[in-house]
Amino acid sequence: MPEDVALVRISVKVNGKQYAREVEPRMLLVQFIREELNLTGTHIGCDTSYCGACTVLVNGKSVKSCTLFAFQADGAEMLTVEGLAKDGQLHPVQQAFSECHGFQCGYCTPGFLMSTVQLLEEHPHPTEWDIRKGIAGNTCRCTGYQNIFKAIHAAAAAGGGADSGH
Amino acid sequence: MYPRPFTYHRAKSYPEAISLLSELGEDAKFLAGGQSLIPLMKLRLSAPRHLVDLNFIPETSYTWSNGEVRIGAMTRHAEIAASAEAARIPILRDCAAGIADPQVRHMGTIGGSIAEADPTGDWAPVLLATSATVKTLGPSGEGSIDIAEFNLDAYTTALQPAELVTEIAIPLPAERSGGAYIALKRCAPVYASASVAVQLTLHDDHTCRDVRVYLGVLGLTATRVTAAEELLRTKPITADSIEKVREAVMEIAEPNSDMRGSSEYKRQAAGALAKLAVEIAVKRARGEHVEAMHLYA
Repeated sequence: MPEDVALVRISVKVNGKQYAREVEPRMLLVQFIREELNLTGTHIGCDTSYCGACTVLVNGKSVKSCTLFAFQADGAEMLTVEGLAKDGQLHPVQQAFSECHGFQCGYCTPGFLMSTVQLLEEHPHPTEWDIRKGIAGNTCRCTGYQNIFKAIHAAAAAGGGADSGH
Repeated sequence: MYPRPFTYHRAKSYPEAISLLSELGEDAKFLAGGQSLIPLMKLRLSAPRHLVDLNFIPETSYTWSNGEVRIGAMTRHAEIAASAEAARIPILRDCAAGIADPQVRHMGTIGGSIAEADPTGDWAPVLLATSATVKTLGPSGEGSIDIAEFNLDAYTTALQPAELVTEIAIPLPAERSGGAYIALKRCAPVYASASVAVQLTLHDDHTCRDVRVYLGVLGLTATRVTAAEELLRTKPITADSIEKVREAVMEIAEPNSDMRGSSEYKRQAAGALAKLAVEIAVKRARGEHVEAMHLYA
């Protein structure tokens, strides 16, 4: 550490598992998830709060984890892409993205999955406009949006919110 | 880790946050939602030595209404967008629901946004159009600042050192009032290219009693367009007068050309947004339920 700064002790529950760590105050949440917890499914894309590849849920709300300090999640329950599948079964949103090929290179996919889970919790039967608003903070640079739309419609039809009993 | 190292201070109350910031001096900053400050710190355009975190202070996030709508400074944009209390003034919902994207709205706060005073911020034109008051707390106690006296310049407010925003109060408009806020954006996460806030009260279905028209984004602070207001106030609202509002807005707007568009493009956009905002405001004042959506182009 270049300067002597007191570490901050934080505890978080991620995908149902409790973690406690001491971190530098300037550590970003995405770095905490990837480097401290080794959950590398959450991607760093633009790193400027634009692309949404780093989207995770903190206390049930989607956030761009490149634009939070880790300490802002202290005491929170978090869900990352690794927490979607249960007992070897893909989450309905993952299943729909897979079946509809809702991705091309796949780099942005973890963020799209988390934003879709959030969207379907708020709008279990989203309109076209709800979907556009819901994924407005996520960018696919392969421009594969048509299949992403299809996947979200399919996930909604399959009842894909995180609290859908999955 | 790109931000410069800093020391973390978690405030348990506003008075504690204020005394911390007073002690730490100019090298310290308050942290609200962080959706502007953290990107600036990652670029080291801002490099505070101390952050005083306001996020863990209880009872700072709320929306109440009792003759006025009172919004706690740490209320997230998404909470305002979902609030039935805030929806009593539809222009507030237009603004809150249209800021950036869902992820940013879940973190960003109304108090942080107005204290930042970014010229491209969405709240300033809306709070100016609705005659809001900013409640503050600082080393010398509580204060109350008319929003028109609050925004002094780009990134500059009337807040004194170690003073913070605690609440925004918006008076409930008179009967037969309506407003609309519409921005033109290249896409959701980026700064708007132009925005217009209109809040008006009708005398009867066709005549305007009072009106406020503000442009966002195009200047260092939101710009009031009194020439456009005079075309409407105490006069019948017609297609012709709304067209003249569009022309008046285009005349007063002095946008700079930049990556978001040429000066002329933004001037045309501001005029078109003003026309649309007046039309929606009038319909709402007549009691119609109309959605106002930002334009993405």
